[in-house]
Amino acid sequence: MREWAEHSIHEAGGSLTVAISGPLRVSSIGKLDPQLRAMEEPVQTVDLSEVTEVDTVGAWVVQRFVEANNATVVGASEQARVLMESVREAQSSADVKRPRLPFFTRVPEFTGEKVVHWFQGVYGMFGFLGAVIIAFFGTIRHPGRFRGLALVRQMEMVGVSSLPIIGLMSFLIGIVIAQQGAVQLQQFGAETLTVNLVGRITLRELGVLMTAIMVAGRSGSAFAAQIGTMKLTEEVDAMRTIGVAPIEALVLPRILAAVLMMPLLGFFSSVVAIIGGAVIGDVMLGIPFLTFLARIQEVVPLHDFYVGMVKAPVFGLIVAVSGCHQGMLVKGNAEEVGLRTTQAVVQAIFMVIVLDAFFAVFFTEIGWG
Amino acid sequence: MSTPAPAEAEDLPETERFEGEYPIRIHDLRTSFGEQVVHEHLDLEVRRGEILGVVGGSGTGKSVLMRAIIGLQVPDEGTIEVFGQDITRAEPDEVIGVRNRWGVLFQGGALFSTLTVAENVQVPLKQFYPELSQELLDEIARYKVVFGGLPEDAANKYPSELSGGMRKRAGLARALALDPELLFLDEPTAGLDPIAAAKFDDLTRELADRLGLTVFLITHDLDTLYAICDRVAVLADHKVVGVGTIPELLESGHPWIEEYFNGPRARAAQGTHKAALAKGTAEAGKYLDNTDPQGS
Repeated sequence: MREWAEHSIHEAGGSLTVAISGPLRVSSIGKLDPQLRAMEEPVQTVDLSEVTEVDTVGAWVVQRFVEANNATVVGASEQARVLMESVREAQSSADVKRPRLPFFTRVPEFTGEKVVHWFQGVYGMFGFLGAVIIAFFGTIRHPGRFRGLALVRQMEMVGVSSLPIIGLMSFLIGIVIAQQGAVQLQQFGAETLTVNLVGRITLRELGVLMTAIMVAGRSGSAFAAQIGTMKLTEEVDAMRTIGVAPIEALVLPRILAAVLMMPLLGFFSSVVAIIGGAVIGDVMLGIPFLTFLARIQEVVPLHDFYVGMVKAPVFGLIVAVSGCHQGMLVKGNAEEVGLRTTQAVVQAIFMVIVLDAFFAVFFTEIGWG
Repeated sequence: MSTPAPAEAEDLPETERFEGEYPIRIHDLRTSFGEQVVHEHLDLEVRRGEILGVVGGSGTGKSVLMRAIIGLQVPDEGTIEVFGQDITRAEPDEVIGVRNRWGVLFQGGALFSTLTVAENVQVPLKQFYPELSQELLDEIARYKVVFGGLPEDAANKYPSELSGGMRKRAGLARALALDPELLFLDEPTAGLDPIAAAKFDDLTRELADRLGLTVFLITHDLDTLYAICDRVAVLADHKVVGVGTIPELLESGHPWIEEYFNGPRARAAQGTHKAALAKGTAEAGKYLDNTDPQGS
């Protein structure tokens, strides 16, 4: 049971006295403060002789009330007087929150800011890509500056470590495509075409696309968070002062790793998806497992494989560049790291899908349909 | 919230002022990280109303000791009593009644980066006393910001917009939010320029005197030790090798203490302090030059 500060009002000779009793502490003031604020008649005297303890919050509440009423204080203890004097000296009228613009001004301003930021983002991204390309040719001219060990480490992180999750995902996607495709194709008695469906769609589209999305979520976000945290702890600045270019040391190995690993991961994904399809073919359609695989070689044109393998490094580049770029943009506080990481993933997936649409039309037009 | 919620509010623990003589009592403490032992058979008592300076070489576990006292680090053995309650084995609910009676200033300020300075100050108030109105919370935050030694207009700044020294002051303002009886300061003057450090020292002393605080102050700053500490505890060899005023410590003859207080920097700090005494800017005999301000 908490003891609350209380007050009583006495009237004597036309002047009002408020007598406050109990502990005047932050823990006990919660009820008294709104009561004092609600008082309307002017009070001439505040009696503190029944107050047992006082801290700065209690002193503030009384001090505010006394000032608002221009009242005099009687019966205050030594400590209460000192504290009231302290809080009176320290009072200020500063804003606690950042002032916010009214709704009708805020929304257009916010929209405008977003649009400007978007264009700045695109512009910055091209600038960053340019810096990466310059660094790339710089390391070709001075191979000694190339971070071979970092590249291998990143290749392991991006490539080898993500094999299990990409394998599982691809296997399941292969199963879904084969099973759903078979149900529809059976209506035309064309269930053997399931082989064409699975083989072509995985090698041409899904294998690489799903892998790019997975790599964006797994590695693109990690790039942004790693580099962003290093920016916050001033590691990136420290590198610059030692004469190590952060683009060469941090960004280039990550981008090269993604560009090199994406085709391998995409191919792996396609193969596992086809195996998933073959399992369903065996179980549901009665096509023997090995026959399914043999049919793949007959029905899938070689250029489907090329389409996938051409797209893969480009997607890897997009994922890595947006991850590293967002990471390098981090400044200020920890929240920014999270924000930039999210942005890196969203940006990467968006651009991968948009570009994939262009690739689809392009390759059909040049006769790789 | 304009209307108090009594049912909820009354579940909160009682916060009577601690009247015993030792707000912090540590007995036979042992902490370790894996193989590395930080403290062994460590005993320390902090007296009510004093500013206790805690010194020791790097890696002697000053910050670990503070983290153990405030319950962030669970010791292997020993007891730590804060306000008469053993916090090493207490349930989280039991410690709440202790938590709202101390304030902690971490080394880097540890401000919440998404809130303004004033909102940072309001966090502990809102957490423990939801019945306080927003109006009162804003007023409290404003004067605490000034108490912390910040200019008024720093109230609505975000931590990333403040310098290192201002962040410490903002951290101090937040540590003072609940009007604590016990204040923990972890290297408050580290990284501050000498003028700012001296001001921070004055601020600490003034607040401690005015609000009747007990201060547990970790520091490397010899000026701070001479200027504002009532007693100094020295950490070495995994334990507290001496507690007392600087003259008392020197009598103990421990080699590390000798080296620490007789080094050139210590002599310089002592000289500054003596000069301040001569000029009358420091109160003669109040702190370290006297054998014991508490008279025990």
